[in-house]
Amino acid sequence: MTAAATPAGAKPISASRLPGLAFLLVLASAVVMAVLVLLPLFTVFHDAFSKGLGKYLDSIREPDALAAMRLTLLVSGISVPLNAAFGVAAAWCIAKFEFRGKSVLLTLIDLPFPMSPVVSGLVWVLLFGAQGWFGTWLIDHDIKIIFATTGLVLATILVTFPFVARELIPLMQDQGADEEAAALTLGASGLTTFWKITLPNIRWALLYGVLLCNARAMGEFGAVSVVSGHIRGLTTTLPLHVEVLYNDYDFVGAFAAASLLASLGLVTLVLKTALEWRHAGELSANRRH
Amino acid sequence: MPVNSLRTADTETPSRLSLEISGISKSFGRFPALKNVSLQARDKEFLALLGPSGSGKTTLLRVLAGLEQPDAGEVRFDGEDFLAMPVRRRKVGMVFQHYALFRHMTVAQNIAFGLKVRKRAERPAKSEIDDRVQNLLSLVQLEDLGKRFPSQLSGGQRQRVALARALAIEPRMLLLDEPFGALDAQVRRELRRWLREVHDRAGVTTVFVTHDQEEALDLADRVAILKDGELKQLGSPNEVYENPADPFVYDFLGAACRMPGVVVGNRLTVADWETVAEKGAPQGPVEVFFRPDEVAFAPADGAGLAGEVKAVAQRGPDVRVECLVEGQLLELAAHGPSLPAGLAPGLALRIKPLRPRIYPRGV
Repeated sequence: MTAAATPAGAKPISASRLPGLAFLLVLASAVVMAVLVLLPLFTVFHDAFSKGLGKYLDSIREPDALAAMRLTLLVSGISVPLNAAFGVAAAWCIAKFEFRGKSVLLTLIDLPFPMSPVVSGLVWVLLFGAQGWFGTWLIDHDIKIIFATTGLVLATILVTFPFVARELIPLMQDQGADEEAAALTLGASGLTTFWKITLPNIRWALLYGVLLCNARAMGEFGAVSVVSGHIRGLTTTLPLHVEVLYNDYDFVGAFAAASLLASLGLVTLVLKTALEWRHAGELSANRRH
Repeated sequence: MPVNSLRTADTETPSRLSLEISGISKSFGRFPALKNVSLQARDKEFLALLGPSGSGKTTLLRVLAGLEQPDAGEVRFDGEDFLAMPVRRRKVGMVFQHYALFRHMTVAQNIAFGLKVRKRAERPAKSEIDDRVQNLLSLVQLEDLGKRFPSQLSGGQRQRVALARALAIEPRMLLLDEPFGALDAQVRRELRRWLREVHDRAGVTTVFVTHDQEEALDLADRVAILKDGELKQLGSPNEVYENPADPFVYDFLGAACRMPGVVVGNRLTVADWETVAEKGAPQGPVEVFFRPDEVAFAPADGAGLAGEVKAVAQRGPDVRVECLVEGQLLELAAHGPSLPAGLAPGLALRIKPLRPRIYPRGV
């Protein structure tokens, strides 16, 4: 996912052994980083404030922008807890039990990663859209999924499903089921064992997964774009709002909204790094150094 | 060889059976882990399940704990059908091989866990729980470490916390899975004595899994030897050591030398050495086993197996004598007085196994 896995015992060569080459490589990566990451990030904030702070605040406080923020918070507020619950359940099954079809389940969990988010959006249109499998039935019963919040939530859940599960599975596999077994022999019920043993053991990894899941949920564009219908103030999430404004040549507005998303990204990065630093041992086994 | 100095009670005294295992079979996929295993433990007995890895001993322990459900068979404890009871109602105290301490709880919280999760009606008052925890901490000699986390303890200390945690629920039976497996030799020996004392004081039936024959013979009242999911022999340490049921048990319980031989009537012949065969020995081609420290040396013109000394090495009180006998290099052990005169590489002599065991060949 994010940080590269370092095999246990593999140590990087000290830079002093290869002074010239190491310096060149570090310089090259620094330049690439500056051009590809820092420059665009700078541009976002630069353009957002190009007409002054007042104009920036105005575009953020504009009703459609506020509606987009509220919708983004609502969608991620629903999908992230659901995915956290699904993720814990799936990881629990996979890590603590042996059953047929386990590898199939593992593959299915990974499915959203290699799949284009547009496809993840499109499947819901094919199912619940006006021309979709259940379209007529939904229209008859006056239920709106596509071009409504429900569709946005479904698309977001599908795209962000793997984050929590993928974070927890290696950790829980590494921890094994012995502590749970011990709790059971000591007289704890299954539920008590889950709340008092399993959950505390995975709390930091869970938080880590939720953090990444949330960042992706709030920033998701492709899948959400397909099911949204771009109804201003109603079905545009923050990323979609950026696109709408940009297409309207409202650059300050677009970049102001984009700056919020960029800030979300930066905050996520800081929290993620803090977690990796403080609780490295309790995050996924494959990230351990 | 191991002598059980701690075991004072005569194991032959008839005592009430508490654990009855009959016909237990269990497979994982196509791999049979246990094949029709039946054995019993007496009340307050210390029973060792001994076997190499893959022999099914840990699976059997997990069946007793309720962590595995067998495919067939019955487990009764004090007459109750144990298999029908869920894990948490069995009240067995289990100590896991890697201790399985709750890593996010302190030592005291670990020990109190089994009491705190009880239903309100059965749960002791908080002050009583604290007292019990303190008592257990002093029983396992960790009075001052209650506030530590498992990661701050040594292996031996963790092992003792695991035991205290298992004892806290006042278990009806204590199950120990390779309790010393992860400890170094010095700590193992110390804890072994101590564990036996704890068992005697707690007065519970204890089943204890190990792959270390010395540990099993030293600690247990009776030893059950398993191989490939089958029970090979069950008996007191003396019984199994003196009378191994088959070559596997003989080999597993200590160093062994083996030689092909032939039994006709009551005569055993190994190479050019002829002796009396034990009563009831199998007839025809046989395999003769003897312990490398249970031999007598004789001059080359005496009776015994002809051998040539290849190397001699002093090992503490013992002398290791490497002898070439019938094309086999045997590593024999001898004490000072039993040493042959002029012992040096190149010496031809005769070796007489003192207590040969005879098994049919090809078993």
